[in-house]
Amino acid sequence: MAEYQNIFTRVQIRAPAYAGTPLPPGVWGRQGTPFFSYWLGRFGDAQIGPFYLGTTGLLSLLCGFIAFEIIGLNMFASVHWNPLQFIRQLPWLALEPPAPANGLHIPRLQDGGWWLMAGFFLTSSVLLWWLRMYRRARALGLGTHVSWAFLAAIFLMLTLGIIRPVLMGSFGEAVPFGIFPHLDWTAAFSIRYGNLYYCPFHCLSIAFLYGSALLFAMHGGTILSVSRMGGDRELEQIVDPGTAVERAALFWRWTMGFNATTESIHRWAWWFAVLCPLTGAIGILLTGTVVDNWYLWAVKHHVAPMYPHVFAPVLDPASLGAGK
Amino acid sequence: MKSDTFSSTVQRAREAGLVIAAFGMVCAISGCERPPVESLQGGYRGLAMTTLINPRSDAAIAAKNQVPAVIPAASPDGPLASTVYSNVRVLKDLNVAEFTRVMLAMTQWVAPPDQSCSYCHTSDMSSDDKYTKVVARRMIQMVRHINTHWKDHVGKTGVTCYTCHRGNVVPQQVWFTDPGRSNTSGFIAGNAGQNAPAKSVGITSLPYDPFTHYLLTDDNTLRVISNDALPDGNRASTKSAEETYGLMIHISEALGVNCTYCHNTRSFAAWDASTPKRTTAYYGIRMVRDINTDYLVPLTPTFPAHRLGILGDVGKVNCATCHQGVFKPLYGESILKDYPELAGEMHHEPPPPAPPPTASLAH
Repeated sequence: MAEYQNIFTRVQIRAPAYAGTPLPPGVWGRQGTPFFSYWLGRFGDAQIGPFYLGTTGLLSLLCGFIAFEIIGLNMFASVHWNPLQFIRQLPWLALEPPAPANGLHIPRLQDGGWWLMAGFFLTSSVLLWWLRMYRRARALGLGTHVSWAFLAAIFLMLTLGIIRPVLMGSFGEAVPFGIFPHLDWTAAFSIRYGNLYYCPFHCLSIAFLYGSALLFAMHGGTILSVSRMGGDRELEQIVDPGTAVERAALFWRWTMGFNATTESIHRWAWWFAVLCPLTGAIGILLTGTVVDNWYLWAVKHHVAPMYPHVFAPVLDPASLGAGK
Repeated sequence: MKSDTFSSTVQRAREAGLVIAAFGMVCAISGCERPPVESLQGGYRGLAMTTLINPRSDAAIAAKNQVPAVIPAASPDGPLASTVYSNVRVLKDLNVAEFTRVMLAMTQWVAPPDQSCSYCHTSDMSSDDKYTKVVARRMIQMVRHINTHWKDHVGKTGVTCYTCHRGNVVPQQVWFTDPGRSNTSGFIAGNAGQNAPAKSVGITSLPYDPFTHYLLTDDNTLRVISNDALPDGNRASTKSAEETYGLMIHISEALGVNCTYCHNTRSFAAWDASTPKRTTAYYGIRMVRDINTDYLVPLTPTFPAHRLGILGDVGKVNCATCHQGVFKPLYGESILKDYPELAGEMHHEPPPPAPPPTASLAH
């Protein structure tokens, strides 16, 4: 007996390829003849295509490719074009922003100019992709929710990469392009500003991040658990709730006294996801501009708890003029 | 038949999936340290101020940190070495027996066994022809200086030649200024002195030579964190925080401890939340600067080229030079207590008011 229970399902829906709703006349149509992929069909829709790239999509890919090449080739050059070392050291390699002393001047290529250029093309790429998403949603007659959620993520990226550095008066405050380097930068950033864990907007961002994962699991679990009663047909259930929705709602009322509705749970999820980068970006914008040491800020506002001393008081030897 | 083929395909796919999953699990845990890992609480409960100990790897480190056999103590009687031998410029306060004992110890601790005395001395023992002798003389002054002036760091345990040398003519862990990677072409981006899997900073991507900046000079840039909640003119950049972080990783690696050995990591800057060991480290950083600037850098012209770094700089010390992976060198076992000759001036009689022999060796 065929099953349709797991993410890797054995049942494949096969019907003539569906080309989508008719489009208003435009420059680019949907391209390509749809085909079916058995393996992709095991965990998603087996129909692949048609595609729509469009002017914005094409330009976005082009800008993204240029940024990728600038970053990658500079990394490759930094290991003297040695392919083996490039693979071995790849996680450590980076394209660094200009030195702090550079301020906001346009630096020479070797002094951070490449970084600025890569940032420009990467920004262009994501903004063009955003525009493409917005216009595709409009063309299908959809709301534009996905594109606004994407813009929230872009805002955090630009806050870290250009908005805050400009506010601080130095491109050198920006994040390097690199795998370990951007992680080490993040740790150093938190250390420099007295521990970002004490930044309330960082707290909010983490709450929305973990909250998003929790909501996703709760919602996914709820719908799967009532799918035998037709609960997976969510759109129908929104306008015409049946026993699936009744039971799902009752399950959460029993469990925690409150339940979202089939429609509102998606608003919960959307806002949690959007607020994660938005609150994070606010925290980044305030760091160094408005607050210089989050730990001391938390002490000042009685947020940070004080712990009993287990050692004799430790004094800063420099304050005693020692060790000269 | 068809369904048989289908189920055997499914079976094979499942087996392949299991193999991939098992391989993935092995990869996922391959970076982990094999148990047992024990944790020792170091601060107030609940603050995760713990020291992680793995008895197995500790045993391997302990085996490398054994104290050598002590040479029997010298008789306090006898004429001063400086009256018997010529060209004795330091250790003038030792009698012949004590002087000979120190020389013997140095052959045991530093000189290669097949060369022994001749590693530093020519057939004329008083000759300064070999550079190694000139360096050794200055190093003896350095050891005594550390033991008398840097008690804040070395305590009563003190140091001897062996603390760093461990039987090697050059201590195994010294550093030279890293010139960085030269670029292939003029307009290729530089790496800003970081982003290489460097052992000096625990194979992080942090700046790989924090030593030249922080262990030679004191320009007060090591401290990057503000003392005020709100901006108060602290212009330290995130990049300089990375450099400080790099030096701290070096200390952590050199001592085989984690950050919480000295710091409560919720505030690296706060002294009132730190452990007393941070004070010891504070003096250690300054001691290393003192050693490098006053003792090693002035010896640069004395060394032959093959002992110098790429930039022609002398080998210098950092925390690892003495500590070698242990929180206290040789687990805090004092060799110095058996070698009072190296602790400082020995006062058999009123010390002669001798001026330093040459200006370049004065300190």
